[in-house]
Amino acid sequence: MAPVAPRSGDAIFANVERVNAELFTLTYGAIVRQLLTDLEEVEEVNKQLDQMGYNIGIRLIDEFLAKSNVARCVDFKDTAEVIAKVGFKMFLGVTASVSNWDADGTCCSIVLEDNPLVDFVELPDTCQGLYYCNVLSGVIRGALEMVSMKTEVTWVRDMLRGDDAFELQVKLLKQVPEEYPYKDDE
Amino acid sequence: MQFFGGSEISPSPPAPTASGNNAHMMYVFNRNGVCLLYREWNRPLHTLNAQQDHKLMFGLLFSLKSLTAKMDPTNAGKGNLGVPQLPGQGCSFHSFRTNTYKLSFMESPSGIKIILVTHPRTGDLRESLKYIYNLYVDYVAKNPLYTPGTSIRCELFNTNLDQYVRSIA
Repeated sequence: MAPVAPRSGDAIFANVERVNAELFTLTYGAIVRQLLTDLEEVEEVNKQLDQMGYNIGIRLIDEFLAKSNVARCVDFKDTAEVIAKVGFKMFLGVTASVSNWDADGTCCSIVLEDNPLVDFVELPDTCQGLYYCNVLSGVIRGALEMVSMKTEVTWVRDMLRGDDAFELQVKLLKQVPEEYPYKDDE
Repeated sequence: MQFFGGSEISPSPPAPTASGNNAHMMYVFNRNGVCLLYREWNRPLHTLNAQQDHKLMFGLLFSLKSLTAKMDPTNAGKGNLGVPQLPGQGCSFHSFRTNTYKLSFMESPSGIKIILVTHPRTGDLRESLKYIYNLYVDYVAKNPLYTPGTSIRCELFNTNLDQYVRSIA
């Protein structure tokens, strides 16, 4: 049987169930608002958002792999391209681009021109340290950890703080190969 | 509506049901060797207790994967047998057949391994296993009451799975 070709982000996006964008944006906004009220400290909220993203990412990876049929990525460059072109398109409906590769090929930037999470959002002066979209960095970190890559994801540019685009820096810390989990004497 | 026990131990095999006679049994493992699901439809012979059976199955597949990757004549890489593989490297085997059964295997890059044991004249089940993986995503991964890494106790998943397996030739 011929192997099924990987589907492009657009094709998958057209086939998955979608939710109203405004509902999504407003729900996310309500979550951040509630976290700010409950935790009060901006750093704590950033950490919670990252943790929430991580929990989402570890489940999201299976859906991504099942629906997109991409071949196993050969190296980290491939991985970043797939995240930007297929992943973001499939789940958020926006296409991101990859740039700023470092010499080893272990660190890159994913740039989003458009971000549905931040429609209608303005950060007040009391929340200046807040990374509003920190859930996205958690999602990427969680998803990559489930495919054996330990990464560190940080925000470089954030439109809510006055920059011109959203830029995430994804740095590969190490690849963790699968190990036999049982001890030999058991 | 799904209700969950939530204990960490591997599930003990349920009583064989009359449905799903096309397949003998099915295992789902995660990347840490935890048996997430064991379904049995038609297994007349039990030789080991459940824990040992799961460990044996996982160990067998782990070793087979390693061995098949090492023996690959088309691969220029120089892996050593026993050294764990990075994801993306090496070929992956998908089934083996004996005179009494056929075992089909699928592993996702996230480490979810699906094993289906059927009668020996079954054709290539790779598409079926992919469909089962999709069922896993829809009923288990997306289920907020399920904790990843624990055994699967989702009635909806079991029902849909039984229904699908019954329809595999």
